[in-house]
Amino acid sequence: MGSAFHKSAEAVAINAAAFAITLGLFGVYVAALGHNPFDVYYILYLGSFAKQISIESTLTNAAPLMLTALCTAIPARAGLLVIGGEGALVVGGVATVLVGVLLGGWPFWAGVLVMGLAGAVAGGLWIAAAGAMRQFRGVNETISTLLLNYIAIAIMYHLISGPIRDYDRVLKTSSWSIPEELRVGVMSIVDVHWGLGAGIVACLVLYVLMRRTTFGFGVDVLGGNQRAAQMAGLPINRMVLICCFFGGAAAGLAGAFEVMAVHGFASESLVVGFGYAGILVAFLARQNPAAIIFVAILLGGISASGGLLQRRFDLPDATTQVLQGLLFVVVLASNAAYGRFKIFQPKEVQPS
Amino acid sequence: MVSAAGPVTVGFIYVGPRQDFGWNQSHWDAAQKIAAIDGIKVVEQENVPETAEVEKVIQSMIELDGAKVIFGTSFGYWGSIKKMAEAYPDVLFTHIGAIWKDGDPKNVIGYRGYTEEAHYLCGIAAGRMSKTGKIGFIGSKPLYFIYNNCNGYVLGARSVNPDLTCNVVITGEWNDPVREAEATNSLIDQGCDVIIANVDSPKVSVETCEKRGVYSCGYHSNLGSLAPNGFLTGAEWNWASGAEFVEAFVNGKPYPNLKRGGFKEDMVGLSPFGAAVPQEVRDEVMAAKQALIDDTLQIYSGPLNDNQGNVILKEGEVISNSDTPFKLGVKFFVEGAVG
Repeated sequence: MGSAFHKSAEAVAINAAAFAITLGLFGVYVAALGHNPFDVYYILYLGSFAKQISIESTLTNAAPLMLTALCTAIPARAGLLVIGGEGALVVGGVATVLVGVLLGGWPFWAGVLVMGLAGAVAGGLWIAAAGAMRQFRGVNETISTLLLNYIAIAIMYHLISGPIRDYDRVLKTSSWSIPEELRVGVMSIVDVHWGLGAGIVACLVLYVLMRRTTFGFGVDVLGGNQRAAQMAGLPINRMVLICCFFGGAAAGLAGAFEVMAVHGFASESLVVGFGYAGILVAFLARQNPAAIIFVAILLGGISASGGLLQRRFDLPDATTQVLQGLLFVVVLASNAAYGRFKIFQPKEVQPS
Repeated sequence: MVSAAGPVTVGFIYVGPRQDFGWNQSHWDAAQKIAAIDGIKVVEQENVPETAEVEKVIQSMIELDGAKVIFGTSFGYWGSIKKMAEAYPDVLFTHIGAIWKDGDPKNVIGYRGYTEEAHYLCGIAAGRMSKTGKIGFIGSKPLYFIYNNCNGYVLGARSVNPDLTCNVVITGEWNDPVREAEATNSLIDQGCDVIIANVDSPKVSVETCEKRGVYSCGYHSNLGSLAPNGFLTGAEWNWASGAEFVEAFVNGKPYPNLKRGGFKEDMVGLSPFGAAVPQEVRDEVMAAKQALIDDTLQIYSGPLNDNQGNVILKEGEVISNSDTPFKLGVKFFVEGAVG
């Protein structure tokens, strides 16, 4: 029983407490609106996890969040605050379309692989560019990735309203479509598209990379103290660029799956806030790639049940945003609780 | 009215907020009207993006709420609606694009009103009320129904004031309040004194007109409350006409898969007149409305030129108000429209 066990027990206990406190506060909020909190809790459960269809709905919402959360979480381990998931997703989606339209007649797996790679590489380079600007030109990466979001969206609007516009789609401005035979379907076990599988795999692979390899250890050192990393002779620039690339690639992949599995083309429907919700997921997961899977599912569940809350109680759509916001604030505040409870501290080694 | 065992649940899915003083509100109005029908229960969900989420919302409404009819009120829901219609053949789906074609699922209905008829009536009011002889039209995207709406507005106005002109601005976006406000202000600066905006929510434009002291007309739903002084009337949808589909479906009667119509079919509406509109103008507008219902007034009738001087219709040529193929092909502004 090392300190690792104590640490994860502490994290689980504190997050569970934070979640319980959030639900309590949310209960006060809905009670103030004149509803029985326990009815509301039941509907939250019914809409998110109680039935096959609820679970599928939750997982469908969670899929893109896992990937966009990595866009914040991976660079964060190297000490960067990247909020460019929205832009990387859009760039990835557009790249997927640009490559996809050339792949008519390709075998399914090869086509999907190439499109996925295109999306990932585009998103990766997009965020890596922000990393490079930081390392070589001293540009604050938070500001630059935020602005890059707007640039990415503007580029997409430019492309879909001119150069790659499909004029047959009259009412909604959209790009050309990728070949129908290369559209990705749902997974065989649950009725959720393959973006979920990709998200889980990406989280696990990056978890291993960040927590179980020398590279990941080096990144943690860098994230902890850049000076120390420099003193230790770590290749800081390269590590930052790689982290940014992986993070951006994950968000780009989210865009690729939005195109391959959901829309078939790029349009303003790519810009629905998955990137920004991903930031929330990354922070709630404390930048831990494996924890992102669970947090994304939790938040996916909250938004999945939001619809049912609207329908059953006539609550406004913003209600679930209140819940998400409360959760965010409480979890951030609960950071102060780490190290305060004796039970979670490893027994001190007695000096002999 | 609806006779089936137990109440029938009808689900409405909106892409934006229900109270947007625009497109979504026009559907919310319909939801309220349909909810008032005996034996119908309405469930609603707003802010549903056109992503994989809409399919999950549809499934959730059907499986958790027991919905038998789904009103998909955004154009971009079309793909998802077709997919869900195949998965749930015993549920009826409606879509607002009226783009159903042979081969699409039989339990899907596309329906849409001819709003140019309502714009024609707004035009009459605008033509009578304008002092400068210049009115304004703000359009979102250069699409067939925006052309038709603008043409209806201009033709209506010129039917009572043949010298009147209409300045046209296209913003390029469904929803860009900043551009809409700029366009409204610039039209007013150019001397236009009645303005109608064909955007997702004309709220900003109507409010700007009120502030600048010029008249405005609404679009989508009733915007009279936003401009107590300057509001004339407005072109509305009547999506509640979809209630007839619900009724036919529940009772096992036949229903069309595609339906378009104007005042005659009760698929469009006119907002209540604002206080500024005198009785004789109201009478004139209502007479034209009756003529549309009786089919004695055709909006596109010759002689008619476009604003480039090309002849569209010769003397004596008339396009029926229900000539959908003609209207889908309209890509011109009629004479009198500027810009």
